[in-house]
Amino acid sequence: MTAEIALPAGAPPDGAPLPVACSELRVSFGTVQAVDGISFSIAPGEVFGLLGPNGAGKTTSIRVLTTLIRADSGAVSVFGHDTRGEAMLVRHLIGYLPQQLSADFQLSGYENVWLFARLFDLPRRERKQRAREVLEAMGLDDVRDRLVSTYSGGMVRRLELAQALVNRPALLVLDEPTIGLDPLARGDVWERVQELREETGMTVLLTTHYMEEADTLCERIALMHHGRIRSQGTPAELKARLGQGATLDDVFRHDVGAAIEDEEMTGGGRDVRRTRRTAQRLG
Amino acid sequence: MSAVRAAQPSVSADLRAPGAVMPPWWRLYPSRILTFWLVELRKIRHDRTELYTRAVQPLLWLVIFGETFSRLHVIPTPKGISYLAYLSPGIMAQSALFIAIFFGIQIIWERDSGILTKLMATPTPRLALISGKAFAAGVRSFSQVVVIMVLSVVLQIHFDWNPLHLLGVVAVVVLGAAFFSCLSMTIAGIVLHRERLMGVGQAITMPLFFASNALYPVKVMPGWLQGLSAANPMSYEVDALRGLLLGTPSSLLLDFGVLAVAVVAGVIAAAALLPRLAR
Repeated sequence: MTAEIALPAGAPPDGAPLPVACSELRVSFGTVQAVDGISFSIAPGEVFGLLGPNGAGKTTSIRVLTTLIRADSGAVSVFGHDTRGEAMLVRHLIGYLPQQLSADFQLSGYENVWLFARLFDLPRRERKQRAREVLEAMGLDDVRDRLVSTYSGGMVRRLELAQALVNRPALLVLDEPTIGLDPLARGDVWERVQELREETGMTVLLTTHYMEEADTLCERIALMHHGRIRSQGTPAELKARLGQGATLDDVFRHDVGAAIEDEEMTGGGRDVRRTRRTAQRLG
Repeated sequence: MSAVRAAQPSVSADLRAPGAVMPPWWRLYPSRILTFWLVELRKIRHDRTELYTRAVQPLLWLVIFGETFSRLHVIPTPKGISYLAYLSPGIMAQSALFIAIFFGIQIIWERDSGILTKLMATPTPRLALISGKAFAAGVRSFSQVVVIMVLSVVLQIHFDWNPLHLLGVVAVVVLGAAFFSCLSMTIAGIVLHRERLMGVGQAITMPLFFASNALYPVKVMPGWLQGLSAANPMSYEVDALRGLLLGTPSSLLLDFGVLAVAVVAGVIAAAALLPRLAR
């Protein structure tokens, strides 16, 4: 599957703007260089994985792409639109699932989706129907009127996917979509993502810690560490470099492993805290 | 899989023109405010406990503090108006203040839980987001208008029930709550932590309340306090409420003007600090 769709980086097939084009991106927080000059691009319909240890700069990169923070230098464009100059338009094109559990527990599942239908300016007559549609697609139709506080972790994550899909995004951005979930719920979330892109041909950018998941899902991968991209390519290409029988885990260990101890320097602590908080909310 | 994708229109063809999705600002702002309003109403509907517990404090202020001070006759009130009646609009403003001044906690909670990040990634300008939140606080404070109006019947306080005046009362309380919630969200943007916000909130609530005309007329205050009171939006809120509910002489135009300017300034300040919360 992966080899068949591998596209040369940076070359749009028919002159259309690339879903994501990121060049020489740099972001720093105080003295910490969170993202240190990364460049990558994503082809239409591709599932692109941004991998790396805690504090590698994945989430920061995603936050620039989703217009939440501004880069110090470099640029990211989404379908040819600059994330800085055309932020509102870029937001319309993206469905975003942040790392933390971000559904509102004080509302019902339907209300959560309805809120986003309103915030994305869906026409009044479309809102209700579209909200139902995405809830059904995520298998939450029969629990849509229950408060989210009664949902299981996997259900909350699926609800968030429904929220992210309500505006028919051209680019789906998933930041650690399966973090803190049990293996069953994880598999379920991935299955839904797979189904979605088979049905819609949507471009997907995701980050994950789970190498075996990245291996089966992503058509191309960029391995990040300390704000830089260490290696980039299809999973098959990356594994082939290490010889036969190598797994993505081996690639990860090879490219990142040695330097993994000095995590605190790049804000790894904050990342871990966030993960724990999510785990806590999941109970 | 490539066959499936080939059957799809190319993604770029699916792109909507910017004008087609993004409403102009004069429709966007009311739309976002309405959205957060409706969401707040839903939340209140799911959990009404706050509504009931919030009714207790104004009740205690009026029944215990109000009734006692009415007997003491130490606070000068306009002719023909009992101290209890004089106090009621002040308590209305105060209980709305108490709700709004801790509204920033909700923003910090939403930040910690990732909700804020996601809201900020929607096509909602920061100013619109804060405006929406500010007026959502107004929805909660509206309940306090109802509480005080009901109490006024029970305690036989004679309010002006002219519907137009009541509409004015709601507008004043909502504006007041919007301002104080912006103040709270601004502080949230500075301190970033719930505990610190609680501390600061506690510290400024009492001065805002006491350095205003909520409990006593400004003219009984020492000069320096009168100055503070004149700079306190709370005083204008209470002045307007008294004028509307009791018919006491008040400068409604000035009151509304000050509250409106305060809300605009508050929204801008809170929105400017929002990126700190998003980091």
